[in-house]
Amino acid sequence: MSYDERVRDLYRQQLEEIRQAGLFKQERFIHSPQAAEIEVEFPAGAARKKVINICANNYLGLSSHPEVVRAAHEGLETRGYGMSSVRFICGTQDIHRELEQVVTDFLGTEDTILFPSCMDANAGVFEAILTKDDVMISDRLVHASIIDGMRLCSAEHDTYKHGDMDHLEKKLQQWKDKRLRVIINDGVYSMDGDAAKLDEIVRLAEAYDALVFVDDSHATGFIGPTGRGTAEKFGVMGKVDIITTTFGKALGGASGGCVSGRKEIVEMCRQRARPYLFSNAMAPVIVAGVLKAFEILKRSTELRDKLEENARYWRAGLTEAGFILKPGDTPIVPVMLFNAKLAQDFSRDLYEEGIYAVGFFFPVVAKGQARIRTQLSAAHEKHHLDRALEAFIKVGKKYDILGKSEEEIVARYGL
Amino acid sequence: MDEIKDVILAYVIDEYASEGDEIHYDTPLISSGLVDSFSMISLKRFLEMKYQISIPDEAATPETFDSVEKIAALVQRFVK
Ligand SMILES: Cc1ncc(COP(=O)(O)O)c(C=O)c1O
Repeated sequence: MSYDERVRDLYRQQLEEIRQAGLFKQERFIHSPQAAEIEVEFPAGAARKKVINICANNYLGLSSHPEVVRAAHEGLETRGYGMSSVRFICGTQDIHRELEQVVTDFLGTEDTILFPSCMDANAGVFEAILTKDDVMISDRLVHASIIDGMRLCSAEHDTYKHGDMDHLEKKLQQWKDKRLRVIINDGVYSMDGDAAKLDEIVRLAEAYDALVFVDDSHATGFIGPTGRGTAEKFGVMGKVDIITTTFGKALGGASGGCVSGRKEIVEMCRQRARPYLFSNAMAPVIVAGVLKAFEILKRSTELRDKLEENARYWRAGLTEAGFILKPGDTPIVPVMLFNAKLAQDFSRDLYEEGIYAVGFFFPVVAKGQARIRTQLSAAHEKHHLDRALEAFIKVGKKYDILGKSEEEIVARYGL
Repeated sequence: MDEIKDVILAYVIDEYASEGDEIHYDTPLISSGLVDSFSMISLKRFLEMKYQISIPDEAATPETFDSVEKIAALVQRFVK
């Protein structure tokens, strides 16, 4: 078939529907390295503007950290640019294995296998270790990449209500005849900034003979007293059977991910996980950068401590100003606006004030739960946060939502 | 039949309704996005265990599961 007008129209129409639904995504061009302050061109062609970034996953400020950049340079010089091979043919260097050991050691697991991304780790792991005799029981808010991974797997699938341990227990009872039960969660949920109650989840897993899977992409490096992640926060290190995480957020933010956990499971991934078997090895320059990121984290907890303090300061400031926040203690701080249009307008006005934060609304979050999601970084200094707070207050006053209850905001702006 | 419908409705409300959702016998479940296709499997399993029946995969489609009414009719077909 040729790509004729009929085909073109088909896609044009679909794109138009996406636009009509208000879901059309547009990239903003950044003309600087990732940092607390960035230079943005938006919309395309507009004059560049220097803004404070509070929507990056650059939690530890390592994305442009001088030591990480230098290590990457060295990696480039000593190990070259690319591998031109999947891992098991001729794509594994000494530093790939070194990074796997460093992650294992950092997370307190048995073994680790690198993937091109955490999306790939999640897409590959379930199919590699489960069959139709097993069941996956996932929290209803797990990340899209986990949902894709579960779709690719022949095991049965069930869900439990977000964070609802009684419901999870009921599901575990219902599926007790299966060969394996796997409880599947995000460590920290990126939309709400809340953490999975891993102590209770591990207890249920022990009671009902289940395995525990956690995607710690929004936790590794900074959640828990020494940044080991959600398992550390809840005192269950070594009891989570499968951890996946990304190097594309806190750990330098370039790319790459992994599955870390029980050594037989990791070995099954090496034999069976398709994104590991059929996609190129992580570039040496990135492996070298991630190794440095871990070295920095093992040296001291300074960065995660600063991040924690920034998040506390930011939450306190917004709360005192009269904003409604999703409760939590992670560096993901959702400012609730409830109405989708209000969230969009608010974000646009913030940008005018030099603050870059984006609005999220249905279908990314539930209807009537629109918000501005803010994310803190150890790269933020107090003066960044003070300026951002000032802007939030100014825009908040404009829309007259400060100190107002959810009911009052909804009454005025609708759901 | 009514009893089956009520059992299914109670289950669906308990499992899937969030605050403010109104679910009736004829409310579209799957086509409306209220119940995702994964959750359909757990609903099927619930029915099979509750009524001691076996619903073949071919019969359990997003269409036959799209409302409490339709699900009840499906269950009815397999209950002896
Ligand atoms: C919870 C979670 N898992 C996985 C991913 C994907 O990670 P990566 O960018 O390494 O593919 C993300 C990133 O958006 C995420 O938030």
